[in-house]
Amino acid sequence: MSDDIILLAHGSGGLLSQELVEQVFLPHLGRPAGALEDATEIALGPGRVVMTTDGYVVRPIAFPGGDIGKLAVCGTVNDLAMRGARPLYLTAAFIIEEGLPLEELDRIVASMAAAAAQAGVRVVAGDTKVVERGGVDRLFITTAGVGVVPEGVCISAAGARPGDVVLVSGAMGDHGLAIMTQREGLRFQSPLRSDCAPLNGLVADMLAAGGGAIHVLRDPTRGGLATALNELAAASEVSIAIDEDAVPVHDAVRVASELLGLDPLYVANEGKLIAIVAPEAAEAVLAAMRAHPLGAEAAAIGDVRAAERSRVVLRTPLGTHRLLDMLAGEQLPRIC
Amino acid sequence: MCLAIPLRIAAIDGHLATVEMSGVMRQVSLALTPEARVGDYVLVHAGFAINVVDEAEARETLALFAKIEAAGRRAASGSPANDGAPEPGTDERL
Amino acid sequence: MTDTAAHRDPAAFREPGAARALLDAIRRRAAARRRREPLRLMEFCGGHTHAIMRYGIREALAPDVRLLSGPGCPVCVTADADIDAAISLASLPGVAVATFGDMVRVPGTRSSLQEARAAGADVHVVYSALDAMDLARRRPELKVVMLGIGFETTAPTVAAVLEAARAEGLGNLSVYSMHKLTPPAMRAILEAGEACLDGIIGPGHVTAITGWRAWEFLPAEYGLPCAVSGFEPLDMLYAIEQLVTAAVDGEPRVVNAYRRGVTAEGNRVAQALLGRVFEPANAEWRGLGVVPGSGLALRPAYAAHDARRLFELPAPAGGRTAEERGCRCGEVLRGAIEPPECPLFGRACTPAQPVGPCMVSGEGSCAAYYRYGGASRP
Repeated sequence: MSDDIILLAHGSGGLLSQELVEQVFLPHLGRPAGALEDATEIALGPGRVVMTTDGYVVRPIAFPGGDIGKLAVCGTVNDLAMRGARPLYLTAAFIIEEGLPLEELDRIVASMAAAAAQAGVRVVAGDTKVVERGGVDRLFITTAGVGVVPEGVCISAAGARPGDVVLVSGAMGDHGLAIMTQREGLRFQSPLRSDCAPLNGLVADMLAAGGGAIHVLRDPTRGGLATALNELAAASEVSIAIDEDAVPVHDAVRVASELLGLDPLYVANEGKLIAIVAPEAAEAVLAAMRAHPLGAEAAAIGDVRAAERSRVVLRTPLGTHRLLDMLAGEQLPRIC
Repeated sequence: MCLAIPLRIAAIDGHLATVEMSGVMRQVSLALTPEARVGDYVLVHAGFAINVVDEAEARETLALFAKIEAAGRRAASGSPANDGAPEPGTDERL
Repeated sequence: MTDTAAHRDPAAFREPGAARALLDAIRRRAAARRRREPLRLMEFCGGHTHAIMRYGIREALAPDVRLLSGPGCPVCVTADADIDAAISLASLPGVAVATFGDMVRVPGTRSSLQEARAAGADVHVVYSALDAMDLARRRPELKVVMLGIGFETTAPTVAAVLEAARAEGLGNLSVYSMHKLTPPAMRAILEAGEACLDGIIGPGHVTAITGWRAWEFLPAEYGLPCAVSGFEPLDMLYAIEQLVTAAVDGEPRVVNAYRRGVTAEGNRVAQALLGRVFEPANAEWRGLGVVPGSGLALRPAYAAHDARRLFELPAPAGGRTAEERGCRCGEVLRGAIEPPECPLFGRACTPAQPVGPCMVSGEGSCAAYYRYGGASRP
């Protein structure tokens, strides 16, 4: 590498740009068989095609359990998997702040390659731009992903039906709290790690066990479980009743949340999913989840009901009920 | 944070204490509780320990709640041993 | 015999069987009165408002007991003039405002700290006054102004930081004090006579600092019982049960229902610290107007760290207070009305688009009602 840090010249298309591609991106993400083209040809095979896009701006860009690169790959793969698709190809566009150490970029791209290998996808196209200091916060990554939905699989946010069972694949709040405790000036040490992971393998096992009985899949990212459930309830025009005691939350997440004045039900997850399944298949799907490493703590947390006004209701540990509504604005730490 | 949970003091360095629970650790100031010792449980608010938790009282409170729960169960099952009004402690102790 | 470690587990204070027994006892005692109207109890702590909401306690106690939220949410009671001042401070060049998260979204007459930040103001959310001090040490070129909000629980933490800052000559740290005292606010509400209360749920952590004797004036001067409560559901239900018992018996008294956190005399170290750094001053409360002796101002010895003295703030012009827009937070805070009685509630004023602070704040009464309301079984 000609320098220790990323310069504006690395984004201008000339020699330094080429060097970056040759020395960082291609070694990790894979070299094409032929020449480097402006666009990549891909083969999709049979099935319905689905596409997604995402932008990643997380701060800090590296955190316990992952980094922005791993997040970008897993997030995109998961969007596709939540439609029941087999994820196939990703693209990644990098907008880099001048001054980012090359070594850091290299680590992040290596991390993306590892995540892509774990998910069984290929990153087939990319782009790099460099902006002046302050133009972006260190590094932003934008992705696109394409996948194929097998025959007979029909998963949609509008698919929940009264009587369906609501499942989650594991504990809530790990990712968001892990990020929070890394923010400067918090005087915090914790064992918290992001749960960032590609969920397509877990989804494949679930589909094998439940097939068409799986009506909805959603990964509760920004806004957490509560926000995702509200979105699903609205899309399906149903109400969802959740038992607070049944939602798995790691002890460290509980403690950190109390200390920061946050609610784990509203905190982002990057390696978990919600599944809404027909009641007769719930047990089999739950068993399939628990048998997979990413679903070991899977649990049934509630059910779907018909209602005039769609909403999410939480049964508290006391047996009383309260509304679990959408996140309004940012969740901010409180003193009181 | 008003909803402070009691956290155990794992270490003290001058007027800063490391409090711990379930592996989560935070540095808090003991400026308001200079008498606190390692092993004490403190209530933490806005980065400060505001009080040392009285563990004997905590145990007694739990014992009281256990009695209340038991009395409630008896009342619910219609046990004649209780007139149906559990005495959760007309607690005149102040 | 109780397991020796159980008392350290917060979950032990949420045990549903004991909760049911306490709820039954409360209902039974309330229903046994000759008077048919519900008992009216007021809590004075944002943390209690939040716990009541989180555990559905209001729903569980209705209709025998009505829980009203008093002015216990420090952000909700902050006057528009103070919020506007905080926003002006944030917009001054070279000034960085450090604030607890609670304040960031609260609207003043024209803007909020959040909007000011989006427009380029330097606003830092902190968890502790210590973080503001760290910021001042790390960035000597900045004038760091800590927004001092909160009652007797928080004020000593800010006092501790001020004392340390003065001792080490940290000249670029100042505090804009909006701290307030709870007893004068209670008196003001009771004198106003709108709330018609049968009892008061005493704020647990304020009382950890003040000691429960601070509430003896309630039975002595107003004939009202007060039960000091912790924050776990069983703590609150037990306190309410004690309060209902005292109210029904007609024997007003102070009950310490949070014995593991509260003593008669309170935290003497914190009280002394408060006395060294702050002195009582008149303070303007939303909904109560100016309440004499209800605020804390920095003593003259701390003038060099007093943002009220250090900065010349322009008088904000052309804005509309929330009240002018129809907000009735003031009456809600006094217990005169309940949130659904405000014409803006749930229509023009929702958590997503709040008009007044009672809806903005996580523990504001209106936000709590909005979330709880309509939660009967789907």
